[in-house]
Amino acid sequence: MAREPELAARQAHRAEIRSRWLLSAPALIIIFVAAVGPLFVMLAYSVMVRGDYGDVRFGEFSSEGWFNVFFQRDIFDDTITYADAHLSIFWRSIRLSLITTVSTLILGFPTAYFIATRPRHTREVWVFLITIPFWTNLLIRTFAMQEVIRNEGVVNTLLQALGVIDQPIQILYTDWAILFGMVYVYLPLMVLPLYASMERLDFRLVEAGYDLYAGRFAVLRRIILPLVKPGLVAGSILVFIPSLGAYVTPRVLGGGKNMMLGNLIELQFGAGRNWPLGAALSITLMVIVMVALLFYVRNASRSGATGHG
Amino acid sequence: MARYFDVKRQTGFATIAIVTFVLLYLPIAILVIYAFNEGESLANWEGFSLRWFVAAANNDAVKQAAWRSLVIAAFAATFATIAATMAALATTRTRRYRGLTFKYAMINQPLMVPEIVTAVALLIVFSQVKVWTGYSGLGYLILAHTAFCIPFAYLPVRARLENMDLALESAAADLYATPWKTFRRITLPLLQPGIVAGFMLAFVISLDDVVITEFVKSGGQDTLPTYMLGQLRRVITPEVNAIATLFLALSVLIVTAFFFINRQKA
Repeated sequence: MAREPELAARQAHRAEIRSRWLLSAPALIIIFVAAVGPLFVMLAYSVMVRGDYGDVRFGEFSSEGWFNVFFQRDIFDDTITYADAHLSIFWRSIRLSLITTVSTLILGFPTAYFIATRPRHTREVWVFLITIPFWTNLLIRTFAMQEVIRNEGVVNTLLQALGVIDQPIQILYTDWAILFGMVYVYLPLMVLPLYASMERLDFRLVEAGYDLYAGRFAVLRRIILPLVKPGLVAGSILVFIPSLGAYVTPRVLGGGKNMMLGNLIELQFGAGRNWPLGAALSITLMVIVMVALLFYVRNASRSGATGHG
Repeated sequence: MARYFDVKRQTGFATIAIVTFVLLYLPIAILVIYAFNEGESLANWEGFSLRWFVAAANNDAVKQAAWRSLVIAAFAATFATIAATMAALATTRTRRYRGLTFKYAMINQPLMVPEIVTAVALLIVFSQVKVWTGYSGLGYLILAHTAFCIPFAYLPVRARLENMDLALESAAADLYATPWKTFRRITLPLLQPGIVAGFMLAFVISLDDVVITEFVKSGGQDTLPTYMLGQLRRVITPEVNAIATLFLALSVLIVTAFFFINRQKA
């Protein structure tokens, strides 16, 4: 008898859980159909035989797609060598993404600090100025960068007018162009999380540092940096991950030759007509991103556990 | 008098910050300025003119692409906001239950996978579905956009729900309001700023998308961004600048509105 109310409570709880599943069903179904599910299909495509005109031959399995990610077989004598073209694109993607992350940090850290130390009412305006480029179309910003660094663009015209150079410097369609473009496009993603953690910075700690005869640099390195580390890690991840998967910026600024992973993947679904390889490359990219995210989550939970901020 | 010692100052930081702001805005400024160039090329300034805006406005391909962008964004943002609001109601103000973490992971999944990966995965699936069903309309684009807009619409709604006072809803229930009536008369009005913010975010995100649209669209389904991407491969005239400037104006307008709505709330 005494257990009846308990039973009713448990039934009510179960009914509530059921209604919560019903409520979230539309979002879960849409994301499954148009985001998660296709990834599994792609996994299946990566282990099938490539079709002659793109697509795959259904039900015929092969490890060729994955093999081709890292190796290539000579068409005449079947010797196996590393796929140098792919490896160099992997390396370029990782290298450019790392340099982009460091460059946005060098520009973004002082900028975020500058905003965080403004008086409260002007701070909002500065944040707004960072937010606007963040929400403007990435393609338009890439296009704007293209106009600046073209041979007839502002940079070259200005340098020529000043007599620094005789001939325009070819920046467009080089790795430099991709780098400038990615730094430009992803900079707000570094500044915003850095600002979020600097805004909560307790300047009494900084003052205490000066009282104990620390110099400006010692205060920056020993007090400010450790305190804003969560924002620093978040900003770096937010820049590194989209850089690694960048497609629009290298396509517009790198031209056809200087490809990054995103462009290599596109090539397999276009002119390359090698869908299994494209699928395998996509999954490889996704795995690299997941590893970076896991690193972030572990780092975030650890700095959360030590409890500052 | 002792000189005031500013503990917040770091040498050179203000200079770098100003340089950063200039670097952020200079390229956009140049792009906008050249949209008003009289001449054909982007190299020389030949005087002020609106001719490229007129050219863009009379270009049927541009008009159709712009209209298509707006239609897709309107549908995708509406569906995403409804689904995200329901999901937010289902995942906040509760004890942990089995599957809650799974729901969080699913809803945020579009943010964690590189866009190019989702784009080619959708290309694989939709190209097959197009063959099976024979349908190749805007539905695919709307569905794909809805999916990646959901996490953006979810964010502000969830934030709003978590800061909401439960007392008002309990009071309504005490006054014999049915759950539906409580929801419609109390919860929904309180939630409205979050829903509006979510819709606007989703709308801008959909409007801006290049990569997924480029891979999912069928022939003749260019949106404004994919149309511009195609134009960049050719000889560029200031017409592209004019289109970009108009697009830019629209985004800035929406973001500014979003900024002020958010500020009112706080």
